[in-house]
Amino acid sequence: MGVFRGPHLLPFCVVKLTHLVSGFMSDKQAGQGANDRLHISPHFLRRREITNEVARYVLMAAAAVSVFVTIGIVYILLSESLVFFETVSVWEFVSTTSWTPLFAEPTFGIWPLLSGTLVVSGIALAVAVPAGLVLAVYLSEFAPANVRETIKPILELLEGVPTVVYGFFALLLVTPLLQIIFPQLPGFNMLAPGLVIGIMILPYITSLSEDAMRAVPNGMREGAYALGYSKYHTAVRVVVPAAISGITAACILAMSRAVGETMVVAIAAGQMPNFTFNPMEGAATITTFIVQVTLGDARHGSIAYQSIFAAGLVLFLLTLLFNLIGFFLRRRFRQAY
Amino acid sequence: MTAMNQPKTTNEFAQKDARQTPREALDHWYLEPDAALRARVSNLKFWYGNGTQAIDDVSFPLVEKKVTALIGPSGCGKSTLLRCFNRMHDLYHGVKYSGSIELFPENENLIDLDPNVVRMRVGMVFQKPNPFPKSIYENVVAGLRIRGISKRSQLDEIAETSLTQAAIWDEVKDRLHQPALSLSGGQQQRLCIARALAVQPEILLLDEPTSALDPIATAKVEDLINDLDGKVTVLIVTHNMQQAARISHYAAYMYLGKLVEYNETSEMFTRPMCQRTEDYITGRFG
Repeated sequence: MGVFRGPHLLPFCVVKLTHLVSGFMSDKQAGQGANDRLHISPHFLRRREITNEVARYVLMAAAAVSVFVTIGIVYILLSESLVFFETVSVWEFVSTTSWTPLFAEPTFGIWPLLSGTLVVSGIALAVAVPAGLVLAVYLSEFAPANVRETIKPILELLEGVPTVVYGFFALLLVTPLLQIIFPQLPGFNMLAPGLVIGIMILPYITSLSEDAMRAVPNGMREGAYALGYSKYHTAVRVVVPAAISGITAACILAMSRAVGETMVVAIAAGQMPNFTFNPMEGAATITTFIVQVTLGDARHGSIAYQSIFAAGLVLFLLTLLFNLIGFFLRRRFRQAY
Repeated sequence: MTAMNQPKTTNEFAQKDARQTPREALDHWYLEPDAALRARVSNLKFWYGNGTQAIDDVSFPLVEKKVTALIGPSGCGKSTLLRCFNRMHDLYHGVKYSGSIELFPENENLIDLDPNVVRMRVGMVFQKPNPFPKSIYENVVAGLRIRGISKRSQLDEIAETSLTQAAIWDEVKDRLHQPALSLSGGQQQRLCIARALAVQPEILLLDEPTSALDPIATAKVEDLINDLDGKVTVLIVTHNMQQAARISHYAAYMYLGKLVEYNETSEMFTRPMCQRTEDYITGRFG
């Protein structure tokens, strides 16, 4: 009960405080104002100032929470990784090509997990970026309004499907279909989850890119048409370049989603760390390894347990790198219109 | 101009209107003897997708290599009429035309042609400068590239000619490969004019090209339009009476979607045929 009382009382106190101040001010100013043309009472100004101040601190606190959470996560990742790197040298971590933390004689080379992550998200982006952009161009420039209003909600529905469903979709539908084309494809492989993650992140790319393209002022399109551009040329040579900053942002966001995706890969790619860039083989990614360990295979405090923080740090650095690249690309191509 | 400021009796106005009705004036058209027709609008009507009729039975000539101004109060349909000339309306749903805009000497009705072909032949500059997010050079040659011209020397040459014609060459010749969006508003507008001129349009449409510009930039654009007189057929929409008087050779006054009066600009501004035109020009209305 006591826990809940505080937050509830806070707005009440603020209201009380303003009342007190305003009451005091209005008494003081009671005699004045009647002869003025448009008298702004000082207590009104004071109340406004207090509201302003309160809003400022509330908003600042909200902003601070997100910053502290980020700092906290980075701190945990770094400090726990340090414990790991006390036992396993950084050199061993980046130079060994096998990852077997749960074996009797464990090896800690990040490469098998990294290769798995890169292959799966590479396939996903190779599917999602072209398809998503084509779809976005179609929706923004070619589709009649009613088609757009039908397709967009369906795409958004795709965003809402739980990833575990996508995982089984990859394992039980896509892999068997691929096995018709590639009979030697094993049941666990990186190709199927890659393709399925591609489908999964497609709505992000489409939706955000479409927004960016629709934000391109109509005057620019009319300018292109007036020069004799066809619809296709207007879309490809004018609208897409004008929206490139938003499109880059969309792709970066989708890439972060793909790199961080866990469930689909855990289900459909097997969970065996495997240093390969061949999508026809099964492998583990950084996230699937983390999930495997946290499910209880490793004792708390053991070196295998600590290794998930090091792996998490690598994942963090990877997404940070992509975000930085995206940031610079956006700044390079930013258009003010 | 002084004659207009003198007080007049209603009787005089009545006499004046009786002297020459707009319809007769149109038949006569008061063209200079050596004027050649570039286009002729005949009984043009236009409806927007929501069924509003914006142009009602407009007819007037467009004289070759002269500047013709469309004037009239807001909402009178002058921009709509201008955008009929490059079929810009066809980008939006459910619009309807009737009547014709004949192009000479081919005697083709522009309304029956493919809009993309029309836009290849008729250039347009908009109210708000709309350069593409590309370099200055690429903006000027954009229309040429779309017409399949890719020879570097030819592009360079046309770029320089058009930029010179648009009176912006000296300002941009050292920064041709910088983004067009880094230019000032007035420079952007002149760049858009250069872009439209580069493809040698049969008709150049200008839709209030100076309304978003400051007086100095406006003066530069007006100067360049004056230079185009005798070289390019220009149809310009303007809100500014002084501007119409300064830069146009012929003028058409529109009101509520109809053409009220068409005449040589100097004639219209000194001896308007209709009461409504005079009221508008002298600022008593609109």
